[in-house]
Amino acid sequence: MNNLLKNSIWVLIAALGAAAVGGIALNRGEHINTLWFITAALCIYAIAYRFYAAWIAATVLAVDETRATPAERLDNGRDFVPTNKWIVFGHHFAAIAGPGPLVGPTLAVQFGYLPGTLWILFGAVLGGCVQDMVTLFLSTRRDAKSLGQMARDELGALGGTAALIGTFAIMIILIAVLGLVVVNAMKHSPWATATVSATIPIAMIVGLYMRSFRPGQVLEASALGVVLLLLAVMGGGWIDHNPTLRVWFDHEGLTLAWWVMAYGFAAAILPVWLLLAPRDYLSTYVKLGTITLLAVAIIMLQPTVKMPALTQFIDGTGPIFGGKLFPFVFITIACGAISGFHSLIASGTTPKLLSNERDIRMIGYGGMLLESFVAIMAMMAATVLDPGVFFAINSPAGVVGKEAVDAVAKISSWGFPVTVDQMQLLANQMGEATLFARTGGAPSLAVGMASIFGSAFGESMLALWYHFAIMFEAIFILTTLDAGTRVGRFMLQDMLGNIWPKLGETSWMPSVVLTSGLVVAGWGYFLYIGVIDPNGGVNILWPLFGIANQMLAAIALCVATGILVKSGKLKYAWVTGVPLAWLVTITSTAAWEKIASDNIRIGFFSAAKDLAGKLAAGMLPPDKAAIAPQLIFNQQLDGWLTLFFVALLWLIVFDMLRVCSRYLAGKPVLPLAEAPHCPSQLIEDWVRD
Amino acid sequence: MLNKLKMFWRMLRRLSGDDAYERYLQHHAEHHSVEVPLSKEVFFKQWQDEKWNGVKRCC
Repeated sequence: MNNLLKNSIWVLIAALGAAAVGGIALNRGEHINTLWFITAALCIYAIAYRFYAAWIAATVLAVDETRATPAERLDNGRDFVPTNKWIVFGHHFAAIAGPGPLVGPTLAVQFGYLPGTLWILFGAVLGGCVQDMVTLFLSTRRDAKSLGQMARDELGALGGTAALIGTFAIMIILIAVLGLVVVNAMKHSPWATATVSATIPIAMIVGLYMRSFRPGQVLEASALGVVLLLLAVMGGGWIDHNPTLRVWFDHEGLTLAWWVMAYGFAAAILPVWLLLAPRDYLSTYVKLGTITLLAVAIIMLQPTVKMPALTQFIDGTGPIFGGKLFPFVFITIACGAISGFHSLIASGTTPKLLSNERDIRMIGYGGMLLESFVAIMAMMAATVLDPGVFFAINSPAGVVGKEAVDAVAKISSWGFPVTVDQMQLLANQMGEATLFARTGGAPSLAVGMASIFGSAFGESMLALWYHFAIMFEAIFILTTLDAGTRVGRFMLQDMLGNIWPKLGETSWMPSVVLTSGLVVAGWGYFLYIGVIDPNGGVNILWPLFGIANQMLAAIALCVATGILVKSGKLKYAWVTGVPLAWLVTITSTAAWEKIASDNIRIGFFSAAKDLAGKLAAGMLPPDKAAIAPQLIFNQQLDGWLTLFFVALLWLIVFDMLRVCSRYLAGKPVLPLAEAPHCPSQLIEDWVRD
Repeated sequence: MLNKLKMFWRMLRRLSGDDAYERYLQHHAEHHSVEVPLSKEVFFKQWQDEKWNGVKRCC
């Protein structure tokens, strides 16, 4: 009876999920409620977690709860500490969920709500969650080794080097594109600029508080910081209304870009306790708090989705980024569906805390499910806007025209009516001078969030909600920016240390300054080009980031597939092999189009050629002619970079296939690097936690 | 109710690292009771530096 009840509950969930997905997919022309999306997501997650994840854990990976984890065996009271599973889940989720799942889905809304939603749901349960869980398992079985180390141990030196280069490259592109998102949110917005700037001294105050004033009192200091952040949001509004002060914070994109670079450099060489660590505390609390608030508001309010299921831009003519639905929706939404970067957290960091292998499903698979849900909510926040408003905020001036009248005419001609008055009213409500051409996802998400929060918790504070949302995004974009610059610096020091050991000393100041400068110059270059590019650098940078991130995911899945085959589990290798094949397909197709397409909005080389031709013929106005040589060089550089990424990807795929076929043919391969079985002594004891 | 609040507070302290020093002292007493433990200030400094060494945040 009990069993029957259980089964019928799951059948009910399956039916409800299928109905919700069907409702979303088949709905045409009518407005659809966000509740459908939430229902579809929760049902799919529940079924995937209960059946697929459980099957992978039990049968494919064969997790063994009697086996001691590295946290238990190597317990040193510091980084290796067996920890309660909910705490590990919290740490893991806070580490994997950054701004990616907010920006990607927002940009992908240009195709309509359907493609992005389906990819986020199915990509996560079949790809992203599997990658995270399997990587977490493999690293746990290998003394919490990093992905690069596992690639080297299991596949060979090539795999290890590819993982290292891939990580470094993705870091540079990621920081550049995130920097661009912040710059686009702050340009000519004294309120946003003042609030975002204030987060820097606030982080320092928090840092000093927990370092010198009350050492180790993390919660006290964080509470103080959160209060100061809220004051900074209000203070920004006051500055905005003050005619003398607002001039100080009213800047062009390029000026702000230089400031962001200066900040990144400072953050990389300052001690962690002063800026990076406290900023991370603040961003974690604000992030978790705001995401919870957004979920509550969406469930309470159940707003209506106004974006159509599909737009005409699936043909590749979209204003935000060029390229057809296939493969570009899969490149645009990386985080939220499958993100290679997670494999760096799931190996190395999280396994050091894991107290029992049994929890791998909940932390690895469950953590990614939650991130996928964040992506769904970001999608909701963007789709509840009027489509005309969404495109007006996100279309770069180079596509729709610099003047508001031209922009609304162009956007309305696409079938998404919007007026100058409507945009002006919205900008006034949000406390901004204009919302046109704020490409990058952050402002449209902030408008969406502000309108959801506004309707749920009071309309009168729209401007405050808008700038709170901007602050919320900016604070953890800047956290990723400074943490990334620092990691980039360490990696570069490590690599250069092989050439000249002195450069590898992380405390030798000349090396610190040199390597930090090089890393900042790397992403600063892409940020600079992104800002001066009239078509909005997002069109170039986001696909490049997506390709790099998916490449890293492919590396992680190659390692996983290789190990599964080497463990004699060939018949289960499709669990990671199928997502891998899909990633290789979309990454290669996207890369091919970015390299070879004749369409100047897609192909890097054709865009460079087109611009060079126009420049030579003297067809460009003087301001564009002045920057044209830089843009031409950049397009060519991006083309070569894409080629490099895809070559690296194929190299590691072939390396994995080589190892697998050698193993299957009975030839010698590198042995499995799994740590020997050691029985767990830990008794489930909640007091310990 | 009070117990649940206490549990929540303990979770929050654990998650944020607020109780890191207390856990260190406990570990120290269990495993290295002969040596003198680090002071809270010194421990916190090392703990924070260690925590931020490597890829700790994602996109």
